[in-house]
Amino acid sequence: MIELFAFDFMRRALIAAVLVGLAAPAVGTFIVQRRLSLLGDGIGHVALTGVALGFLTGTAPVLTAVVVSVLGAIAIELVRARGRTSGDVALALLFYGGIAGGVLLIGLAPGGSNSTLTSYLFGSISSVTTLDLWVISIMAVAVLAVVVLFGRELFVLCQDEEVAKASGLPVRFLSLLIAVTAALTVVVAMRVVGLLLVSALMVVPVATSQQLTRGFRATMLLAMALGVAATVGGLTSAFYADVAPGAAIVLIALAGFGAALGVGRFVRRSRTQESAT
Amino acid sequence: MTFAFQMAGGQVTLDRRPVLRGIDLAVAEGEVLAVLGPNGSGKSTLVRALLGLVPLSAGSTLIHGVPPARFRDWHRIGYVPQRLAVGGGVPATVREIVLGGRIARQRRFRRTSAADKAAVADALEAVGLTERAGDPIHTLSGGQQQRVLIARALAGEPDTFVMDEPTAGVDAASQQALADTLTTLVAKGRTVVLVMHECGPLEPLITRSIVLRSGMIVHDGPPPEAVGVHARPGHDHVHPHGPGERVPRWLP
Repeated sequence: MIELFAFDFMRRALIAAVLVGLAAPAVGTFIVQRRLSLLGDGIGHVALTGVALGFLTGTAPVLTAVVVSVLGAIAIELVRARGRTSGDVALALLFYGGIAGGVLLIGLAPGGSNSTLTSYLFGSISSVTTLDLWVISIMAVAVLAVVVLFGRELFVLCQDEEVAKASGLPVRFLSLLIAVTAALTVVVAMRVVGLLLVSALMVVPVATSQQLTRGFRATMLLAMALGVAATVGGLTSAFYADVAPGAAIVLIALAGFGAALGVGRFVRRSRTQESAT
Repeated sequence: MTFAFQMAGGQVTLDRRPVLRGIDLAVAEGEVLAVLGPNGSGKSTLVRALLGLVPLSAGSTLIHGVPPARFRDWHRIGYVPQRLAVGGGVPATVREIVLGGRIARQRRFRRTSAADKAAVADALEAVGLTERAGDPIHTLSGGQQQRVLIARALAGEPDTFVMDEPTAGVDAASQQALADTLTTLVAKGRTVVLVMHECGPLEPLITRSIVLRSGMIVHDGPPPEAVGVHARPGHDHVHPHGPGERVPRWLP
């Protein structure tokens, strides 16, 4: 375990992994409850355009990705709030626009090619720079702050939007807040698991956790613990087994889900017997 | 007389289809109003429009004298939706859901207070679900879930309740719990607007009823088929039955 910390890049990668493991499932709990599991994927696709824009303009891709994905998230939320039936189609349009925009722009960038995008699509946690780490840390703290400060209101909103409105909550602001927070999370997680797998870290730990828990807060806390276990576990095993970290993280998270399905069934059965007696 | 809700010429259009037309309705404070009518007659839409949850395409509406967009005293309102929203299936305990009813009384940056916890405990007690507080809400029966939603509204300690079909598909025990709860509310002089299919066991509590048909009020007065209610003091049958002759009660 010691040799893990012997390398600078691994220390940075581990810090990034812990932050992402905490932030993604925390936001993910609200997103899953709102039935927006694919929101992270949509934003991830749009973020690709942002990354390419960074290469094209010579700015740090992380920063341009933040800007573009936040704008994309706001667009998705506005479409969701307006349209009743065409929401998923609008989301799909944004998916394709994001990918196509990214591929087009990276081709225009000097010396850029599709392979430049690969490290963003699939993640490359071991190449996290100090600047990346700063951006990731600030945004992860911002995401967690939103969850702590607005958690109560977001819970009511995600349970029932009309009840939230009839309680005087600023529904439009809170909905945008969730979307923007999700966008920040996507960019935070982009370097760790890659844009194509970002959503997995927001959704899978939550899906795992809800097999085992009874309450919302408990689900979120367990999902965050599972998220950290998956990111750190995936990174460590990638280091020793020399496999792709992003894929290792997601597969560990999925294995956790499989295990929780079995355990959850067992726990529920014993609970039913308990309450029956 | 002060009014909890005042709608004048209210019209709601959904997908270019008029769902409510020419609604003139004033609900006085302390009134227990039943909103009756067949499926699809616009009952739910009406109460949601009263709360500003559905925008009016014509006319105006006031909550405690203020248009919904400028209304700030939401802690006075207790809205009970038709059913528990399922959402994405993240579990929530009964206590967590009921605590959500305190949101209009809570400040950001403040932790859940002792008063919040006491109000939640009282609300659960009132609907007889104290023992289920720690259970995930999806393990409860439909009637029990309905009671949780009512408890959530009670927890906010509002003075104006809007309940959308609280009795639909509810078992006898839950019906009784609801009737008991309403009796307490009426005794405290709370305003209650209830959407229902039929008055049923709640009838003695109801002071006024309106009947909707195709988005219009076709009856406004005492509950239909009322027995003994007419004899109540203060109960005056103002309106003739029939769409043409209806006069809004608050007009001079």
